[in-house]
Amino acid sequence: MQIIIVTTIVIALVGVIVGAGLVYTGNRFHVEVDEREAAVREVLPGNNCGACGFAGCDAMAAAIAKGEAPVNGCPVGGAPVARQIGEIMGTSADAAERRVAFVRCKGSCEVTHNQGNYIGINDCRAAALSGINVTECDYGCMGFGTCAQVCPQDAINVVNGVAVVNRARCVGCGLCVKACPKHLIELVPESKRVIVQCSNRDKGPMVKKVCTAGCIGCGICQKQCAFDAIHVSDNLASVNYENCVQCGRCVAKCPAKVITEPESVSD
Amino acid sequence: MRKTFRGGVHPAYHKELSREQALRPFEAKGEMVYPLAHHIGKPAKPVVKKNDPVLVGQRIAEADGYVSANIFSACSGKVKAVEKRRTLSGTMQECVVIDNDGQYAKAEGFGTREDVSGLTNQQIVDRVRDAGIIGLGGAGFPTHVKLSPKAPDDIKYVIANGAECEPYLTCNDQLMRTQADAIVEGLELMLRLFKNAHGVVAIEDNKPVAIAAMTQAAQGHNRIRVLTMDTKYPQGGEKSLISAIAGKDYPARMLPADVGCIVENVGTILAIQRAVVFREPLFTHCFTLTGDAVKNPGNYMVPDGASFAELLEYSGGLKEGVTLKKALAGGPMMGIAMASLDVPIQKMNNGLTLLTDDPAETAEAQMTACLHCGRCTTVCPLGLMPQLMADAIVDKDMDRFENRLYGLECMQCGSCSYICPAKRPLTQMFKQAKAEITARKRAEAGGKK
Repeated sequence: MQIIIVTTIVIALVGVIVGAGLVYTGNRFHVEVDEREAAVREVLPGNNCGACGFAGCDAMAAAIAKGEAPVNGCPVGGAPVARQIGEIMGTSADAAERRVAFVRCKGSCEVTHNQGNYIGINDCRAAALSGINVTECDYGCMGFGTCAQVCPQDAINVVNGVAVVNRARCVGCGLCVKACPKHLIELVPESKRVIVQCSNRDKGPMVKKVCTAGCIGCGICQKQCAFDAIHVSDNLASVNYENCVQCGRCVAKCPAKVITEPESVSD
Repeated sequence: MRKTFRGGVHPAYHKELSREQALRPFEAKGEMVYPLAHHIGKPAKPVVKKNDPVLVGQRIAEADGYVSANIFSACSGKVKAVEKRRTLSGTMQECVVIDNDGQYAKAEGFGTREDVSGLTNQQIVDRVRDAGIIGLGGAGFPTHVKLSPKAPDDIKYVIANGAECEPYLTCNDQLMRTQADAIVEGLELMLRLFKNAHGVVAIEDNKPVAIAAMTQAAQGHNRIRVLTMDTKYPQGGEKSLISAIAGKDYPARMLPADVGCIVENVGTILAIQRAVVFREPLFTHCFTLTGDAVKNPGNYMVPDGASFAELLEYSGGLKEGVTLKKALAGGPMMGIAMASLDVPIQKMNNGLTLLTDDPAETAEAQMTACLHCGRCTTVCPLGLMPQLMADAIVDKDMDRFENRLYGLECMQCGSCSYICPAKRPLTQMFKQAKAEITARKRAEAGGKK
């Protein structure tokens, strides 16, 4: 009888001590879990493209929950995802317009040529480092498709020697912008369709020597524009997307036909 | 002192094409083009305008900053324009273009021997700087910067680089045969700057005539000795020479001066002698025109700014009935493939190799997967492991490439690409990976500010 009593007491004591220990360690090593982080992670697309600047969607979710990243910081998810994250975080998502990549070069094989014959790694960045300039135009697309290689959405194709963006597929992650050694790609608001498709900053006659489709910096577009939305600086026209109402007057008047609505390859 | 470094390769040298051809002057008749960014560092600022008359040896652009160099005209005539021209790299660069009148009328103020025994060290360096001397071995680093290390008394060796390990090229060989006394005098001038240093003239053993000439010229000069090196590529690389002569290896972030060495090409040393003793600025240098497509291979003293195409025409052009498949500024190992011959010769261009066959094309057709034979590791003069480095690049593991395989130490000598039986473009991969890492580091450093 006595054995049973002693055993019960000992077990009860052990239970109390272990319980107290558990309570102590539970408090001591408590990890603050933000439930919103998991919720945000659920909403994010989950393709870990890294376009937001964080190391994948988990890191992005943590950053949003801590308030270190904006709720509309995911370029892939766009407005719908931003709205949902905004609801979770209790802030309104002033969703930015979807932006898509645009290659500012029209230098296809018909209008410009390569100098010599490049043999080596099939990569624009490697070719740019080879010590010689592969294309005749110092500024133009080399067409080895490094942008297409880095694109997580398979949205860029090299067509006839120049990279072309599939606007429907592009999620505006900007990886191609970073990869292009000639800095030809920029992100433009999707609705804007009047864009200068050239990056050559040389004077007109020199541009004409190397490419028949280049901007010669004549300034006709600037004179035509009633909205102060296109300017020629450094021998190259550029559009101010905020002012541009897309009347299309400069597109019609451009002698080099370099201000164009972007053509897009579709599926 | 050892005779060579660890690793290296033995490419076919083909020096017999132009070895016995004496250095001849080349007087260009066509217009001369001077890129303002002809050296490492900041581009020079032009000091002439359109229609200004110029003479041989007249300064046409001045150094803009400490790591920069003056540029001098090698012809007389008048300035045609200061405009963008296509250069060796294929890009358009700002250049001074001179309409050559073919008279070669000289400017005043140089050409007579002066007594230089009373010059201070600073005066010697100033004369070198004023003469616009840059390294003629290939990189084009301003020489006055090299001659002004932080601790001049710690310099143990001043190495005159006459190795000329690049296949095909022979102009330094000829230069040492004919100008041995002047080179020794130039080396003595450099030794005056470094009181604890010894002068070493390093020559590969495939140039016996040059070795004999230099040995004779160096007789009676206690601080100078001629060292016969093994013939092996890249013997003439700065790191290879220092490894052999001083027995020191150093990482990429250090300069030769940090391990007590100054390495100058023999052509540069001759230019130093001309600049200090004759006050002559640098506007000509030695040059080899060679290759199996050339009718008359030879060695020339070329004026800066003349066109490669004009030199070829002057020499007699291509052989009849051959098609030019590959043009290289320099030799086949370190040279730059050219898209057009109609570009100006710059100071650091020491050769033009014209071939009837394009080895790069052949190699690309034969390329296979890596065989893991390890030959690249055997030949790497820096003891790197190119095969593992290439694996890391394919895996996009730049951290492994940089921190575990020391990829940034690669000096891109091309030995691994040369020896690779699978014809993998190893050197190009490393060059690209290095550029990517440096760009990322620069961006990070910029972000921190």
